[in-house]
Amino acid sequence: MTLATIQDAPPAAVSGGPDDAVLIVDHLTMRFGGLTAVGDVSFKVGRGDITALIGPNGAGKTTVFNCITGFYKPTEGMIRLRQADGATYMLERLPGHDVNRVARVARTFQNIRLFPQMTVLENLLVAMHKPLMRASGFSLAGILGLSGYRKAEAAAIDKAAAWIARIGLTHRADEPAGDLPYGDQRRLEIARAMCTDPVLLCLDEPAAGLNPRESGELNTLLRLIRDEFDTSVLLIEHDMSVVMKISDRIVVLDYGIKIADGTPEQIRTDTRVIAAYLGVDDEEVAAVEAEVGLTGASA
Amino acid sequence: MAQGSTIGQVAPTVAPRSTAALPALLKDAALFALVTLGLAIPVVAYRTDLGQGTGLVLTGRWGLVASLCLAIFVLRLAQRLVLAEVSRRRDARILAGVAAPPVAVRPARILGPLTLAIALTLPFLAAFGSGGLSEGRYWIDLGILILTYVMLGWGLNIVVGLAGLLDLGYVAFYAVGAYSYALLSTVFGLSFWICLPLSGLFAAAFGILLGFPVLRLRGDYLAIVTLAFGEIIRLVLINWTDFSGGSAGVSSIPRVNFFGVPFAAGEGGFAALFGLSFNPMHRVVFLYYLILVLALITNLVTLRMRRLPLGRAWEALREDEIACRSLGIDTTITKLTAFALGAMFAGFAGSFFAVRQGFVSPESFNFLESAIILAIVVLGGMGSQIGVAIAAIAMVGAPELLRNLGFLRAVFGEGFDPNEYRLLLFGLAMVGMMVWRPRGLISERTPSVRLAGRKS
Repeated sequence: MTLATIQDAPPAAVSGGPDDAVLIVDHLTMRFGGLTAVGDVSFKVGRGDITALIGPNGAGKTTVFNCITGFYKPTEGMIRLRQADGATYMLERLPGHDVNRVARVARTFQNIRLFPQMTVLENLLVAMHKPLMRASGFSLAGILGLSGYRKAEAAAIDKAAAWIARIGLTHRADEPAGDLPYGDQRRLEIARAMCTDPVLLCLDEPAAGLNPRESGELNTLLRLIRDEFDTSVLLIEHDMSVVMKISDRIVVLDYGIKIADGTPEQIRTDTRVIAAYLGVDDEEVAAVEAEVGLTGASA
Repeated sequence: MAQGSTIGQVAPTVAPRSTAALPALLKDAALFALVTLGLAIPVVAYRTDLGQGTGLVLTGRWGLVASLCLAIFVLRLAQRLVLAEVSRRRDARILAGVAAPPVAVRPARILGPLTLAIALTLPFLAAFGSGGLSEGRYWIDLGILILTYVMLGWGLNIVVGLAGLLDLGYVAFYAVGAYSYALLSTVFGLSFWICLPLSGLFAAAFGILLGFPVLRLRGDYLAIVTLAFGEIIRLVLINWTDFSGGSAGVSSIPRVNFFGVPFAAGEGGFAALFGLSFNPMHRVVFLYYLILVLALITNLVTLRMRRLPLGRAWEALREDEIACRSLGIDTTITKLTAFALGAMFAGFAGSFFAVRQGFVSPESFNFLESAIILAIVVLGGMGSQIGVAIAAIAMVGAPELLRNLGFLRAVFGEGFDPNEYRLLLFGLAMVGMMVWRPRGLISERTPSVRLAGRKS
């Protein structure tokens, strides 16, 4: 996809700092017929950060996710992904599977999408499809049983085993993924996404349905990903205990429009966010909307 | 009775259920008998016979109806009692904390090698059992027929069992393979050994051709389109007379030779070359081993593919296509490879069919064939290799078995023909399968790779 690849002239600076963004969403708009699900949203995801995308139900968070990960083609706008070596991809122009394969954006789903009959280990091996395909000579060398593939497979299994150990499932590695408890399935889905070596990991409500203990395990896993891997995280979450504890930056959507963007401390005290979440009297809504300047934009 | 004490402790909580429910059981069985009566009145109770004149005479058969109802009543009662006992024992075991018994200790481990051993020695067994090679021909022919369906079942298993793409027109690729050999050999005089791989390639090409337009479809819609594709191929073969000979088919297709050496009586024939006395059965035995090798290659490739990333991607595709896409798997290519590989093995099998029959016509490739192959895959347990083999033996071999039940005439009277009960037994078997093994004979999936027991 040479069209979608633009080589930035100077390689991006060392990671860290607000200017080094891994994902730049510019004026993203998504319309379904007459309904504007996302209207002119722009934000950045800093390299090495955990960025949270929050907002009330129906605010358009998952739509933004689906645009970023190639499941929807946005009506307007630009989504750029910059890898550490400076290579930039226009995500909205890539075919669906290339968003992961080439641009290295991985995601999980709101309703868990594991391969339920396949074992935990197999789930992770499927995620390493691209390197293993190449090692197996697109199956030709693999059919003949050449040793190159066997080495690559052993390496892949080692990597998968390391991830299985990180999520604490070594004793259940050979069981069908569908038999795992809910919290384990959530963490397995994240591990599976991480096995594709992503530069950006998009998590759609990873804490939904988890009990407090499982939420804690999830936080640990997310911090581990941020600290030990070159992976930035963008997550949708309703559970404020997770969001406030682990996010470096928070973007708030309401009715498809960005109403706030800042650090957890800033968001906590933002009047518009409080209004969107807690709801206010009709008069106050009008006052807040006038203040924000979106009267009529959100119906 | 080794666990008598443990079961004894929990028995009071479980046992009353089955004994106290006896009136309910009787009522249930009576209801079944009543339904039987309702069904039997229009179907069984009256028979029309030709009277003395021109009219028909109704003959009542109430004795038969009564015995049917009684039989159903007793059977239902017995079934309920047995089931209750089975579940009571299971409950007792669970309550006592005893693990369930190892279910048939991995049937594939024992069944696989056993079936293979029988398959490898079948010609010899047949010759010994029937007292001569020529006398054992029936069994070897039956073996060839079964193995052809085993191979087709294994080929379709790639598409349906692994990739989860429901294909109702699989016989089209079988036809492509058969006609490839028939036409290439009669028109261009090419040898079977050149045509065999070519047939596979042609069929794979047709698999890709079909795959492209239907890639976006799943489930029912895919099934309908593949069904139509199967019919298109058959109708083209019937109507394009200049190309395929129409319904008359292609005849006098060259027979198989032993890698260039013909199975002929004279000088330079197979028998003369190996110093054997000429026997037309040599060719049949060779055909048997040929289809055995082809089927085993199909099996080997499938087993290998399951451990390769592409094979795992097929299974992942069956489980969740959207998740596959999010992991960077090109679902288009993945589906096409499954279609092409499945079609290729059907092409090989078709080529074998043509060389064995010496004659092909469109009638051999109707929808019923597709349905039988699909039934073999589904009954065997989708994705299970040994299950498919067993199902093929049952589906193809069982009707043959019925032919040999002539001795039952001694029991049921002179007019009894077991063949007439074929479809009835088939239906009963289907109902039984749906009740006891709804996911196929062998439904548990073997993982393609294990972490436990691996040396790192």
